[in-house]
Amino acid sequence: MAALTIATGTGNWFSALALGVTLLKCLLIPTYHSTDFEVHRNWLAITHSLPISQWYYEATSEWTLDYPPFFAWFEYILSHVAKYFDQEMLNVHNLNYSSSRTLLFQRFSVIFMDVLFVYAVRECCKCIDGKKVGKELTEKPKFILSVLLLWNFGLLIVDHIHFQYNGFLFGLMLLSIARLFQKRHMEGAFLFAVLLHFKHIYLYVAPAYGVYLLRSYCFTANKPGPRGFLRCLTLCALSSFMFGWHVHEKAILLAILPMSLLSVGKAGDASIFLILTTTGHYSLFPLLFTAPELPIKILLMLLFTIYSISSLKTLFRKEKPLFNWMETFYLLGLGPLEVCCEFVFPFTSWKVKYPFIPLLLTSVYCAVGITYAWFKLYVSVLIDSAIGKTKKQ
Amino acid sequence: MEKWYLMTVVVLIGLTVRWTVSLNSYSGAGKPPMFGDYEAQRHWQEITFNLPVKQWAKFINPDWIALHTSRGYESQAHKLFMRTTVLIADLLIYIPAVVLYCCCLKEISTKKKIANALCILLYPGLILIDYGHFQYNSVSLGFALWGVLGISCDCDLLGSLAFCLAINYKQMELYHALPFFCFLLGKCFKKGLKGKGFVLLVKLACIVVASFVLCWLPFFTEREQTLQVLRRLFPVDRGLFEDKVANIWCSFNVFLKIKDILPRHIQLIMSFCSTFLSLLPACIKLILQPSSKGFKFTLVSCALSFFLFSFQVHEKSILLVSLPVCLVLSEIPFMSTWFLLVSTFSMLPLLLKDELLMPSVVTTMAFFIACVTSFSIFEKTSEEELQLKSFSISVRKYLPCFTFLSRIIQYLFLISVITMVLLTLMTVTLDPPQKLPDLFSVLVCFVSCLNFLFFLVYFNIIIMWDSKSGRNQKKIS
Repeated sequence: MAALTIATGTGNWFSALALGVTLLKCLLIPTYHSTDFEVHRNWLAITHSLPISQWYYEATSEWTLDYPPFFAWFEYILSHVAKYFDQEMLNVHNLNYSSSRTLLFQRFSVIFMDVLFVYAVRECCKCIDGKKVGKELTEKPKFILSVLLLWNFGLLIVDHIHFQYNGFLFGLMLLSIARLFQKRHMEGAFLFAVLLHFKHIYLYVAPAYGVYLLRSYCFTANKPGPRGFLRCLTLCALSSFMFGWHVHEKAILLAILPMSLLSVGKAGDASIFLILTTTGHYSLFPLLFTAPELPIKILLMLLFTIYSISSLKTLFRKEKPLFNWMETFYLLGLGPLEVCCEFVFPFTSWKVKYPFIPLLLTSVYCAVGITYAWFKLYVSVLIDSAIGKTKKQ
Repeated sequence: MEKWYLMTVVVLIGLTVRWTVSLNSYSGAGKPPMFGDYEAQRHWQEITFNLPVKQWAKFINPDWIALHTSRGYESQAHKLFMRTTVLIADLLIYIPAVVLYCCCLKEISTKKKIANALCILLYPGLILIDYGHFQYNSVSLGFALWGVLGISCDCDLLGSLAFCLAINYKQMELYHALPFFCFLLGKCFKKGLKGKGFVLLVKLACIVVASFVLCWLPFFTEREQTLQVLRRLFPVDRGLFEDKVANIWCSFNVFLKIKDILPRHIQLIMSFCSTFLSLLPACIKLILQPSSKGFKFTLVSCALSFFLFSFQVHEKSILLVSLPVCLVLSEIPFMSTWFLLVSTFSMLPLLLKDELLMPSVVTTMAFFIACVTSFSIFEKTSEEELQLKSFSISVRKYLPCFTFLSRIIQYLFLISVITMVLLTLMTVTLDPPQKLPDLFSVLVCFVSCLNFLFFLVYFNIIIMWDSKSGRNQKKIS
């Protein structure tokens, strides 16, 4: 019995959380997937069938290879496993090929690669030294952070429904952040460099890395703390999201995930995090527009939102309330907005004349929240650094 | 209660798992002309919507070609509608009953109550049958659970009403009828048949008769109509068992073809007698010593007796045993988890036919992890935790060396789990030999039946050795 206990990882809540979300991901296998599925199948085909010199020229499909070379190598390695599932998916001319075995392979590859994300979350949990409010497991910052990261709504629906490989990439980013927290600067820098070669969108946060590494590792006169680095990173990601060129809605995850680490530390950060994350996640709703997925996205969104707000409120219950009446009102407004856009609007006469209204309303409403969160975070960072300087003086 | 938000999260997880399972295939998908349970439910909607009540029971009329055109109707939108109706019925009836039941549990912490709710809501058998195969079991099981709740909390009249609704929704709930009857009768006796007890008895009788009359009123217009309904509800002509089911008769049939050898009326008598003989001790004890705990355990043993020995049992009827076992999850977590795993495994041939292998494996693993993490089941295998202490002490009076019961049970568990995993792997990967095409289904049923027999003995031991002797033990120590 003891052996079985160890084997099933009993008493280890982290394993239970990780296994639980992995099983949920398996249940999401038969859901809708977007054209990104075909994108990755095409890249498997290109890297498997063609010589390297052709990889970035091949254009049989409209979904040409537009990620950096490490990702191409990653697809190449995957393709050598893919051939045991269904050889046909590796044919460049089999456009939109999606046999059940192809689906199974691609979905499982995402789930499998998430193991890197799980490891990174574990490392991050070791680094945070949040407040100790109570002895209960569910009130410990480590537990809350693990749930906020492992069960993140955005990551679940973008990776395991829409279909992408963000899990392991964010794993690399979180791991490099963890290494910087642990003062292992070379490893952290190396991991980030590797990450950039997988997906260049992470350039959004490169300035934060650059400045922090220069100050902490090269010119170490006035060393900033890793918390400051994390806030800078989040702001870089958020600012790039706000003002960048050709930004996709999924890029909000670049700000949400690092900010999760900040949220269990200070009440102020928790408040900003909750506004950012709730509006950011809601802004991803238009990605899943099919009817069978409607209950899933609503249920998962409710799950994550209720848990994140309640657990952080409990964690910081001894401080002032997390939201003022304006913020509460705004967040509650997301409910009626969803009802209007997805349940009422399709049955009105406007649907034919102005079919874009739900998208418009969603984008504008969420933009308000995200801008507000960005502004609040910026103010908080600048004020804190000003206070820091006056203290030193 | 505090931590309401955790309970909400648990319910949301339950709903999410249910809906994701429903994305898979259903019974009889794309398999004309019979299709399956999904088509059956659609067909019943067709009849009840289109035909007057008079015709509901006898619809086979070759002139009704207009209705015929919707036979075998399958489309994405329709599937969505059907699946949504199951979810809504579940949300309105079964899930609130489970949440309320867990909140009303005594002597356990809030955290354990929430964990209990999570485990019950993650029970794979019900999810796979209702949301995969396609049925509406959550309605009848939900009403039955409201009945249990009402009666356990001394709201006997409401509890009886709820249970009557359950029976009139699905006649399988009769498996639970005897424990309800015995417990209520026991309560009446305890209150004294010359005073309050008699009043209660009369009130209960009125409620039961009234609810039955209300449900059946449209069918009482003609005697023939009532008989036709009864004929449809209790299809005695269909034989001792159909297909493969993990009960005694099917397992017996492997060695001796009793279905063919014995005449029909002998089979009926045999089945009737064995069923009632096996459940009688527990029911009599419940009348003499009515207690909430005894009631729940008697529900288990009674339903299990019916499942094992009754006539025309379907493999899905195991859900009628699983529900009461879920209710005693907090008292004997180890054995309950074991039973619930076996119950899901016993339906494997059906689930594979419906192409539900992936959801079955995933939900079973999720349930197992939830139980192990919530209750630390492997640390609760001592005699006392298994509620076998009084029994062991009685046996030790004659056999002083009987100290290894706990160890035996642990080994049995290991053997059971290994066998189930191996059989599952074999059924999925290998092809059966040509001479024995049903080999794997039969093996699954046989192994499950052996497990169920063990559980029947175990639950009866708990019931018979329960309570008074247990309380004396505590007073002495």
